[in-house]
Parts: sequence; C-alpha cells; structure tokens
Amino acid sequence: MAVLNNGSAPASVEEAVPAATISNAYKNWYRFSRNPTAVIGAVIVLIVISCALFAPWIAPYPEQVDNFVDFRARHLPPSWEHWFGTDNVGRDVLTRVIYGYRISLLLVVVVLGLSIPFGVMLGLMAGYFGGWVEIVIMRLTDIALAIPPLVMALAITAVLSPNLMNAMIAISVLWWTWHTRLIYSITRTLKTQEFVEAAEILGASKFHILFRELLPNCVSAISVKATLDAGFVILIGASLSFLGLGVQPPTPDLGTMVATGADYLPDRWWQSVMPGMAILVAILGFNLLGDGLRDMFDVEDVR
Amino acid sequence: MIEAPLLEVSGLTKHFPIRGGIIQQRVGAVRAVNDVSFAIRKGEVFGLAGESGSGKSTIARMVVGLYRPTAGTVHFDGSDVSGLIGGRDYRKQVQMVFQNPGSSLNPRRTIAQSVAVPLIFHDYPKAKIADRVAELLEMVELPRNFAIRYPHELSGGQKQRVAIARALAVEPRLIVLDEPTSALDVSVQAKIIDLLAGLAGELGLTFLFISHDLSLMRNFCSRVGILYLGRLAETGSTIDVFGSPAHPYTQALIGAVPVVSDEEAALKPSIPALSGEIPSPSRIPKGCSFHTRCPFAFEPCRQIDPEFTIVGQGHEARCHLLEERTATAATVPVSPVERSAHP
Repeated sequence: MAVLNNGSAPASVEEAVPAATISNAYKNWYRFSRNPTAVIGAVIVLIVISCALFAPWIAPYPEQVDNFVDFRARHLPPSWEHWFGTDNVGRDVLTRVIYGYRISLLLVVVVLGLSIPFGVMLGLMAGYFGGWVEIVIMRLTDIALAIPPLVMALAITAVLSPNLMNAMIAISVLWWTWHTRLIYSITRTLKTQEFVEAAEILGASKFHILFRELLPNCVSAISVKATLDAGFVILIGASLSFLGLGVQPPTPDLGTMVATGADYLPDRWWQSVMPGMAILVAILGFNLLGDGLRDMFDVEDVR
Repeated sequence: MIEAPLLEVSGLTKHFPIRGGIIQQRVGAVRAVNDVSFAIRKGEVFGLAGESGSGKSTIARMVVGLYRPTAGTVHFDGSDVSGLIGGRDYRKQVQMVFQNPGSSLNPRRTIAQSVAVPLIFHDYPKAKIADRVAELLEMVELPRNFAIRYPHELSGGQKQRVAIARALAVEPRLIVLDEPTSALDVSVQAKIIDLLAGLAGELGLTFLFISHDLSLMRNFCSRVGILYLGRLAETGSTIDVFGSPAHPYTQALIGAVPVVSDEEAALKPSIPALSGEIPSPSRIPKGCSFHTRCPFAFEPCRQIDPEFTIVGQGHEARCHLLEERTATAATVPVSPVERSAHP
C-alpha cells in the first residue's frame, strides 16, 4: 500500500508509516524473545551485572570479602549458612564469588572501553581511506593478531608488576585488533554503497563520513562483538589471575580463588569448583546473549 | 547563437587499470570512457544513452568529480573542474541523483539528517536548517513530517524524491541524474520525471540525464548523445536523433524499444535486433568499436576508427557509411529520404 502512496495522500501515509516503525521494533523484540537461548543469556548477564553492582547488598557476609580470618569456620562444606561453603581461612565463598564478578566486569568494561574505540576508529579509517592507510593499519593488525593474547598478557604482566591495572593494560594491548578487522570489512562493503559517494558530492567532511555515515551502520555489529568479547575477557582475566599474574590476594578474584582452592582438591572441592562454575556461567551468559543479538540483527540488517 | 555552455566536456577519457600477478602489477586497462566530448547549455536537458557497460555512469562520476579523468577536461561555467571532489564552490553548483534510492540514503539516518548534510557543510545558518528541510520536502511534494522518518519507511519513489530534495538543498545549477528512474516502477517513473521537469523550469536547472530508457529520454531531453563502449556514436537534438538516426547502432537501439500498441508497431522501422553482447571494455575491437555487431560493417570498419561526420544542424555521427555518402553526394545535410534508404 505504501509503495503506491507517492506522497499524494499524506493522511493514509501518516497512518501507515509509524505503524511500520513500531512493528519493526516489536518484530526485533519478538524475534529475540522467541529465541530461548538468547533470553537465558540475557537473564544470566543481568544477574551477573546485578551481582557486580549490588554486591554489598546481595552478598550474605560482606565483611568477609578480603582481610577476614576465622579459623573455626575453615573448610566448611556447602550448607544453609554458607551456600558455596567456606575457604581455607574461613571466608564465605559465595560472598567472594559475588564480589569476584565486580573485578571481572571492571576488567571487561576497562578493556573493551579502551580497545573498542581504538579498534573501531582504525577499522573505519583503513576501510574508508584505503591505499597506504589501509596497508599500514591492516598489516599492523595482522602482526598483532599473530600473537596469542594470553602469551602477550603473560609477558607484559611478568615484566610489569602483576596487578589488576597491568592485567587490564596487557589484555587491551591486543584486543583492538579484532574490532579493527571486523569494522574494516564492514566499512569496505559500506563504502561501495551510494550514500557514501552521495555524502562526498554533498561536500561532507571526512569526519562526517567516518563517524556520522559509516559508524552508525557498524553499531549493531559492534554490540554483538562486544557482548561475545565480554566472555573472553573474563576468561583471559581469570587465566592471568589463576597463573598468579593478575589480581593478587586477598582481593576476591574468581581466577585467584580457583587457584587457591585447587590446593584442596578433591576433598574440599567447593573452594575451586564454585568460583570455576561462576566463571563458566558468566561466559555462557555473554555468549548466549551475543549469539541471540547476532541472530536478531543479522536478519534485520539487509546490507 | 554562440552562448558559452554551462558544462563543457572535452576529450574525456577514463581507463581503470586491471591489476594481477603476485605484485599486483598493471596487466591491462578497462577503457570505460574514450575521448567523449559534449557541451550542455544553461537550461538544457542533455541525455546520455547507452547499454550497460557503455561508460554512462563513469562519465557522470567524472562530471561531479568523484573520479579524476585519465585524460580530457571538464569545464563548468568556463573554469576547469576536472577531478575536483573537494572544491567547495563546485560542490555547491553541481549535484547528483543516484540510480538506486535504496542505497543512496543512509539507512541509519533520518530523512532530515540526510537532507541537512549539504546545508551543514555549506554554512547554512543552523537555526534555519529545519525550516529549509521542510521547504525542500515540499518542493519534491512530500509531507513535512517525513523529516523524522528512516529510509526503510519510505517507498522507492519517495526515497528518490528525498534524494532530489537533498541535491536541491544548496541550489545547484547543474544536476547529474544517473538513471534516476531505472529502479522504480513505471507509474512512479513518470511522476519523478514530471517533478524533475517542473523543478527545472521553476529553478532554472540544467540536467545531465543518464539513462538506458530511450522513451523517457525522448520525452525529457532536448539533446542526446548515444554512447557505445565509452565513445559517443551519435549526438544531436532529440528530434534529429530519434527522428532520423544516422548511426546503425542508434537505429538498432531505437528499433529495439518495445511498443505497446499496433499503431506504434506499424510505424516502427523494421531493423534487425543486434546480435551478440557488447564487447568487454578491456578488449575494445580495433577500428570502429561497433563493427563486431554492425549489420552493415565493411572493410574500413575493421581497420580505421571513424571520425564524426556532420549529418545535420548540430547532428553528428561516427560511421564510415556516412563518410562515403557525404563524400559522393557532397551535400549536407543528407536528405531524410536518402537516410531512410540507408542500408
């Protein structure tokens, strides 16, 4: 109907068009809500984020987070008082897991906050300008991609002192490459669309074309990638801590807790298995949500 | 009679290198446009017609400065503007409407945001931008409230109107229309052409109209050029070129236009349809580039590239057959009878 309505009958066009907008947003939500794994992912991610934000109110024993020792309560198995049991100095494991999510998510926010803007900007420039800009940026990216991130992070944290700050730096140093690659390939495709040429003819600046014309078309891809990334960043951060090169005790970090608890396996399993499960659940949640977002956007984004 | 043309294109040539091998060396060239010259006077609608791959869009892109010509010049209002994509003054004077309205509007920006781009970059007072956008939408007969919509909410014809509004924003003098209607339904095509014709009169616009649709061209253009493999085969006023086509290619093109009624069919000259495909612009035939498909080709056509022969007032064609005729008859113009008797 709207196809034939070439502006000649504004009244009916007005009626038809906003309805289409609402139904688009609704269609997206409907598609997402009908995807059970995506919804499970979203719920898990929401729980993890709430734990991190409201840790002092959610955790059963907030006073037991770091510098707390109660030798009478050492190695207690899971019970109604201590759902996840207690650790080798008598601290509640559940409390420390909830606070552990704080550290993990802080790591995610800082790493992605540093690497996404940088990576996206380089990707946009390489894809749009081409020529030597593309050669320099993309060859640098290829070199950076050839280095395993965990090995690089190990090297950096070993040289600098091992702490949370340096772990963030170490992971960010290589993380941008994936975003550069992604945005580069999207930009290359977008560049052939006439709206980019149109903007050039209309006298738009390079800044406008990069950040007002091209970037808005990359947002859905970036959000999917960032969600999937969050899980991997948690894993790498935990791995660094597990190896003793990340967060140092007594700060409650999931990786450190798994490492400390591993000394008491298998009899006092809860001390390492519970934080390990917490890592697994968080990564699973972010991956399911990321896949769900990808399904939702891919169908809608007709490029 | 002699008025300086608004746009003058002379000897325009564009070759795209073909790269191959391990070091991406140049192994050949796509000769998209070869030595094309034409001039457009103020207020005129000049049409460029040709098959796909004949270099129409490449010429459009060189005229607006998206591509830098390999050779030749583009003069606008007397000054050389070849390859001047960054020239702000030129940007204000020459605009373009693209073939596919679906991809010429950014899907993530509202209509108002798209239409306002040229205003922002040509220092239009910020406070007046919203009013100007509404005014432009009215000029292309769209309701003002379309400003807040996204392209996917509009039909193809509506999107093309938005693209026209955007091109008009900075009050250009020349608009290049690169197949503005080929992606639209026939009923919508006519409305867009009507709109463009109306705007041309109202605003004193000059158009370079590029299309493969000869019927539209006949109705809309005052002069036309027929392109074949990046070369002009024939130019002249619409009446001359369509009424008495001189070049065998033009004749075949006109003969290939489908007709809807028996009356039209009866009037239509019976010219055999062209056989074969247009050759690749990376391997243009020697001699006259049309000889591989020309039903009248003879020896010189395979050896020598013909020059333009004047066949009438401002009507020229590039064909050896016409050279022979004018040499023997030594009369210019050739009488229509003789031309229709042309093999």
